[in-house]
Amino acid sequence: MKPAMHKPLTLKKQRNWKRLTIHLFPIPALIIYGLFIVYPLFAALTYSFFDWKGIVRGEFVGLDNFKDLFTLQPFSDLFWNAFGHNILYFVLQMIFQNGLAFILAYIIYKKVRGSEFLKIAYFLPRLLSVIVVGFLWKLILNPNYGALNVILEKVGLEDLEKAWLGDPDTALISIILVNCWYGLGFGVLIFLAGFQSIPKELFEAGKLDGAAGFAMIRRIVLPLMVPSIMIMTVLTFIQSFEAFELVYAMQGSQGEPYHSTDTLAVYFYRLAFGGSAGGSTTAVGLGSALAVVLFIFISFFTALYLKYMQKKQVDL
Amino acid sequence: MKHSIWSKPFYYVFAFLIASVSIYPILLMILSSFKTSSEIFTNPLSLPETFTLDTYKSLLEQVPFMTYFMNSVLVSVVSVALILVTSSLAAFYIARFTFVWNNMIFFFFLMGMMLPIKLGIVPLFILMKDLQLLNSLWSLIFMYVATGIPLSVLILTGFFRTMPRELEEAARIDGAGNLRILWNVVLPLMRPALGTVMIIQFIQSWNDFFFPLIFITDDLKRTIPVGMLSLFGEYSADWGALFAGLTLASLPMIVLFFIASKQFMEGLTQGAIK
Repeated sequence: MKPAMHKPLTLKKQRNWKRLTIHLFPIPALIIYGLFIVYPLFAALTYSFFDWKGIVRGEFVGLDNFKDLFTLQPFSDLFWNAFGHNILYFVLQMIFQNGLAFILAYIIYKKVRGSEFLKIAYFLPRLLSVIVVGFLWKLILNPNYGALNVILEKVGLEDLEKAWLGDPDTALISIILVNCWYGLGFGVLIFLAGFQSIPKELFEAGKLDGAAGFAMIRRIVLPLMVPSIMIMTVLTFIQSFEAFELVYAMQGSQGEPYHSTDTLAVYFYRLAFGGSAGGSTTAVGLGSALAVVLFIFISFFTALYLKYMQKKQVDL
Repeated sequence: MKHSIWSKPFYYVFAFLIASVSIYPILLMILSSFKTSSEIFTNPLSLPETFTLDTYKSLLEQVPFMTYFMNSVLVSVVSVALILVTSSLAAFYIARFTFVWNNMIFFFFLMGMMLPIKLGIVPLFILMKDLQLLNSLWSLIFMYVATGIPLSVLILTGFFRTMPRELEEAARIDGAGNLRILWNVVLPLMRPALGTVMIIQFIQSWNDFFFPLIFITDDLKRTIPVGMLSLFGEYSADWGALFAGLTLASLPMIVLFFIASKQFMEGLTQGAIK
C-alpha cells in the first residue's frame, strides 16, 4: 500500500524539520533586543567621531568632539559641574537611601509587630511613575503653598522655611532626598532578602560567643550581607549616573537654578535635543562623546567594583 | 549595655516614623485631589471639607486624559504580551537545549541589564525616524519589549532550569513538536514566573517617562506620564486638577498593588537577587 510505504519517510522528514525549527525560538528576542538596545549603543560610539549638523551626519573628525567636551567653554565647565552633582547624588543615596534601608530591613527581619505593614509602606512610593514623584514633590516643596513649609510653620520651625527648589544651596539635595524617598522600599526588600538568606544558626552561634548588637552586625551579619550590599551599590551607582527624569520633572532641562541641579544625563539631553549653551541648537557630536564617556565610566566602575567584591567574598 | 540603643521601643518608633514619611505624601496627593484649589492654598494639610469631584472634572476638560489612559493601557498590555512570548521562547531554547552557543546567547541577553540604554537615545531617535515610528505607539512598545527582554529571559531561564524534564520527554515521545510542548506542557507550569515577569514589565512600561518624552510629540499619542507634562506645563495654577491628575496616573498601580502586593514586592526584587 502506497501511503503506508511513504509514511515512515515523511515522518522522519517531519522530525528533522521540527528539530531545526527550534533554532527559530530565540530569533524574535534577539532581533528586537539587538536592534533597539545593542545597535544604538554601538552607533552612539561611532557618532562621537563625526561632525553633526542637527541630526545629519557630517565629516569624520576623529577625537575632536572629545577634545571640545573637555577643553572648550562652556562645555567643559558644564561637564565637571554636572559630574560633581552625579557624585553627590551617589554618595547621598548610599547614605540616606541604602544606609537607612539596611537598618530598616534589619528591624523588619527582627520581626517587630506590623513588619508586613512597614514593608508595604516603604515600598508604596516605588509604584509611582518618576514623573509623578517629581511633580508631587514639586508641589509639596512649593515655597508659598507647599505642604512642607506649612508643616514647618505649624511645628514652630519657621526659620527652616525655604524656597527649597529655588535656592541653589538646597535644590540638588532636595531632589536627591526625593529620590531616596522613592527608592527606599526597594533597598529594604533587597537587604531583607539578604538577611533572610543568612542561616539562623549563625546568629545563635554569635550570641553564644558573646557577640551582641553592633559587634554582631559587624562580625557576622556584614560579611554575609556582601552580595546584597554589592547589588545595591552597583544599582545605585548606575542609577545616579543616569539620573535624569527627576531633575527634568522638578527643575527642567536646564537644571535650574543656574545649572545647580544639572546632571550628566540632563546635560546630555540638552546637547542631543537642544537647549545647550542658551540656544536651541543641538550638538549631537558632543552629546555622543559625552554618552561614550559616561558609558565607559559606568561600565568600568561597575566591573571594577563587582570584581573587587567577588574577590573579597572569596577571601572571607 | 552596648546594644541598648536597639531596645524595642526605639526602633519601633523609628521604623514607623519613616513609614509615615513614605506614606504621607501619597495620602496628601489623594486627599488634595478632592479639594478645590483655593482650599488647598488656604489649608493644605487639612482633610477636605467637602469631597469635591470638580477637580477631576476640570482635569478631564483640560487635557485628553482618557486618551492618555487608553494609550498607556494599549502600550503596556501589548508590550507585556510580546515580552512574555519572545522571552519564553528564548529562555526555553537557552535552558532546554545544549548547543554550543547557548551560553553565549544567555550572556548576550544578560549584558542588557547593565547597559545604560538612555545613552543610545540619539541613534534610537534616528532609527525610529527611519522606521517611521516617531509619534507612533509602536516606538514605545518596541522599546519596552527590548528593555524588558534581558531580565525576563534571566527569570524564565532560571525557572525552566528548576523544572523536571519528564513531562516534556513524555510529550516528545507522543510526537509533540517543540512549540506544542512549550505551549501545552511547560508554560502552564510556569505561571508563577510568568506572573513575576508580567508585573515587573507592566510597572516599567506603565510608568516610563523617558521614551515617550523623546519619541512622541503628538499630544493625542501621549501616555499618562508624558501627559502629566502637558498638564503641569499649561495648567499649573489649578492645583486641585494637578493633584487629581497625579492621583489618576498612580491609581491603577496602587490598586493592582493591593490586590497582589506580595507578588509585586517579590517580583521587583527577584531580578536583582538572582
